[in-house]
This record gives sequence, C-alpha cells and structure tokens, in this order.
Amino acid sequence: MLEIIDYGGGNLGSMTRCLERLDIPYKRVGGSGRSSVSAQPSGNYPLLFPGVGAFGAAMQHLHDRALTDRIRGLVNDGVPYLGVCIGLQVLFESSEEAPDVPGLGLLPGVIKHYRRGKVPQIGWNALKEGPIKLNSALTTNDPLNKASTEENLATLSPLEAKRQALRVFVAQQGESATAYFVNSYYPVPDAPELTLFTADYYGDFCAAAQLIDSQRNITAFQFHPEKSGPFGHQLIQEWMTHVV
Amino acid sequence: MLCKRIIPCLDVANGRTVKGVNFEHLRDMGDPVAMALAYQNQGADELVFLDITASVEDRGTTIQLVQRVARELMIPFTVGGGIRTVDDAYRLLEAGADKVSVNTAAVTNPQLMTDIATAFGNQCCVLAIDARQMAVNATHSSTTPNDHRWAVLTHGGRKVAELDALSWAQQAVTLGAGEILLTSWDKDGTRSGFDIALTQTLATQLSVPVIASGGAHNAQSFVDVFTDGCADAALAASLFHDGDTTVQLLKQTLAAEGIAVRL
Repeated sequence: MLEIIDYGGGNLGSMTRCLERLDIPYKRVGGSGRSSVSAQPSGNYPLLFPGVGAFGAAMQHLHDRALTDRIRGLVNDGVPYLGVCIGLQVLFESSEEAPDVPGLGLLPGVIKHYRRGKVPQIGWNALKEGPIKLNSALTTNDPLNKASTEENLATLSPLEAKRQALRVFVAQQGESATAYFVNSYYPVPDAPELTLFTADYYGDFCAAAQLIDSQRNITAFQFHPEKSGPFGHQLIQEWMTHVV
Repeated sequence: MLCKRIIPCLDVANGRTVKGVNFEHLRDMGDPVAMALAYQNQGADELVFLDITASVEDRGTTIQLVQRVARELMIPFTVGGGIRTVDDAYRLLEAGADKVSVNTAAVTNPQLMTDIATAFGNQCCVLAIDARQMAVNATHSSTTPNDHRWAVLTHGGRKVAELDALSWAQQAVTLGAGEILLTSWDKDGTRSGFDIALTQTLATQLSVPVIASGGAHNAQSFVDVFTDGCADAALAASLFHDGDTTVQLLKQTLAAEGIAVRL
C-alpha cells in the first residue's frame, strides 16, 4: 500500500494507472478537498508524490493543504518517499522556476533551468551510474539472474542494500535502462553522493536523487517511470520491493 | 543523450483504426488498443492517435478509446483531431492522453494554445502544422534559405491559411506550444522520404522539439530526417501498418547508422 499525494495540478491518472498495472494498492491523500482525497498522509505507508507541474504552484498547493510540515515530518521520521518529476523538484531548497518560493529543503541543492538544447527536454534518455560507483561484485555473479541479485543484496547491511538495489537493477538492464523525460528544469544536488543516476542532455545532469540513512529514505526521479514502458514499471516495483 | 523518437500514428474513427484516402473510403485496420500495444512491444517511443471521426456525437467513443489506451499503454501518447476548445483538451487529458495536438482551431483561435498551456503546461500542447510548398510570392514571409516557402494548410488540407509555416510555428511557441508536429502536404502519402528542407528549416530555428511527418518510405528516410533534417522525432503510419518494416527493425538500422535510439 502506498499513499499518493494528490497535487491538484499533476497528471495523477498516469501514475495511478501504472500502480494498477503493477497491482500496487494506493490511497490518495492531501488532495483538493473532495472528501475522498482530503485525508492527510498517515505515515503508515510510503509516500509517492508524482506529476508534472510548476514548482511554485506545487509548493503553493502543499502550503494551502498544510502539507509542507507534514511531509517534512514524515520523511524525517523515516517514512519512505518516492518523488517523480515535480515530486523530485519540491524536495530541494529552491528552483529557478520560482526563485522566491522555498522548497521542502529535504535535499540540499537547487533546481535549474536547461540553458542548452530544446526546452522542454522531451523523450527517452539513457540512465547512467551516478558519481558513486556500483560495487561491481554485486553484478558480476550472473547479472541476469534475479535470484543472484537478491542474494548479493542480502550480503549487505540493510541500509546499504536499499542504497544499492536500484543501482544493481539499472546496471542489469543495460541499454534498456532508458527513461522518458519531460522537463525544462533539472536538479543540482549539493553533494555528489545524492545523485543516484545521471543522464546526458548537453552534459550530464542528475536524473535521479537518493538519500538513505538511518533516519531518512528518500528516492526521486526526474523522469517518468510510469511512462517509461516495462523498464519504468519494473523500476517502481524494485523500489517497492527493495527500497521501501 | 536524448534519443530520436519513432512515433507510429493511428487514424481512428468510431473507436477503430482506419485507413483511407483523403479521409474517404475508410478501411477498418483493427482495434487501436491492440495495435498500440503491438507498437509499444516493438519499441515505439510514443504514439499519436488522430481522431478523424466526422460527427461531434461520436467523440464520446474517442474518449472511451483514450481511456482504454491509457489503462494499458506504458508509453506516452498524443491525441489530435477536432480539438476546438480547452474543454475538448481537458476531456482527452483527463481520459489519459499525455498530450493533445491542435491544428485548424489554433489557426482560427491562437489563444487556444495559450489556454491549454496555462491550464496543463506547454509540454502537453502540440501544434500540428500541415505545410505545403508554395511559389515564393504566394505568402507574406520575407527570408528563408533557398527561397523555400511553406504555407500552412487547415481543414485537413482543404484551405490555405495566410501564414508562413516557420513564422506560424515561432508564434505558436511563444503562445504555448511545447512541440510541433510538422506534416509535409507535398510528401504525405508519396512514400518518397520526408521533406528534409522543411523539417530542417523549422527544427533548427525553433526552441521546441519538431516531429517530422509525411513521406516515410524506408529506414533511409528516417536517417535523412534525423541527420540532415535535424528532426527530434519522426512519425509514420502506413509504413508500419502495412508491415513494410517494424519499429524494432527500423531502430536497429538507425542504431547501426550511429543515430541515438532507444533499443
């Protein structure tokens, strides 16, 4: 079970249909006041914040629903969080899209506007390993054998297994680890270890961010896994299975 | 590196995929959902559904089709045809389309693009342009390379608008179009390759992606439109429907030619 944040402006439907295809049950929370979706996040389930939209509007929505402190509190208490697109961007401290609006500040860094190429970036881009290299011992043992992945992850500490799970999965997908992006802005984390995957759009940028420590369990994608074919769907499943 | 996109296009009417000549003598090509999933499995990067349903009453069928496609498809898709108001766009996006494309209605009422972009973001507002090469003095434009001029056609090609394709596209981008679906009326249906000069003119001068359409013949057509034409994506219909090639085979050829595609 997941709780999915119903930010009024986002295309929630594409994410809920994706969860339905994956047979992952969900509840809508934090919505626009209609009775079925007005509940606050409970903290009993992982939080998923999906959707396209503008940074300023998304933060305004969170403020209007008293969600900023609620989300900060839950994430700092260790409730697993998965952000997609705008759900990634609000984690950071600020965005060039709305310079006067502070973000949630759960990850140190800022959101910047692409200065080269066509904007928005629209289309499929290959995910690459971030600055923290994958322990090669985790994939050398028959990389296509899922059982061996689980065995390998089982040799790690629980925290380290969560940190490595998506890296191992993406490494094993090879060229199939290509995801659908629709974005004009991209994250620039303050610390290199926050970058889970990069992609190349006139230079490498942070395509996914992660912070997993003894207190927090944050994962966020700039791309749209719900629109990224079987690969994207499996990625969400991997997150549910190995990171949550 | 961002991949070049291959986009099969399905004409739909009354909930079925159809094929016809100039929208007449429509032949039933099958269930759009089944075809969409087959293209997804071949490696299509996106799909476009063009609703050529004649009557307004039958548009409810299209909404139901969009809902069915959205439930099953795991890649993005655009729906175009007959979108005249922001409410029309809303109904399609609410049903699960990722983007809507507007054509004639945007010429009549350019504000429509701004309204769609303001409400839903410019990433889901696609302007479709049907462009036809004209004698140099036939339109009001000033300078484009090699004296190429392209007029904008509306109403399924039946009317010529007093617009130059490049200027119109540039205006559309400032109004809120996040992508241009550019069809060459001269090339469409000819199987003689994409219009490289037209595509290049727009693709190199616009700040948003350009999808080339019309004239796809073989893998070389795509190589040409991605390299010389600078297209960000390329669309074809009958080439794929007739089984002359598959998206997968096409992409393998493109990859061998050094073009970035998603395999």
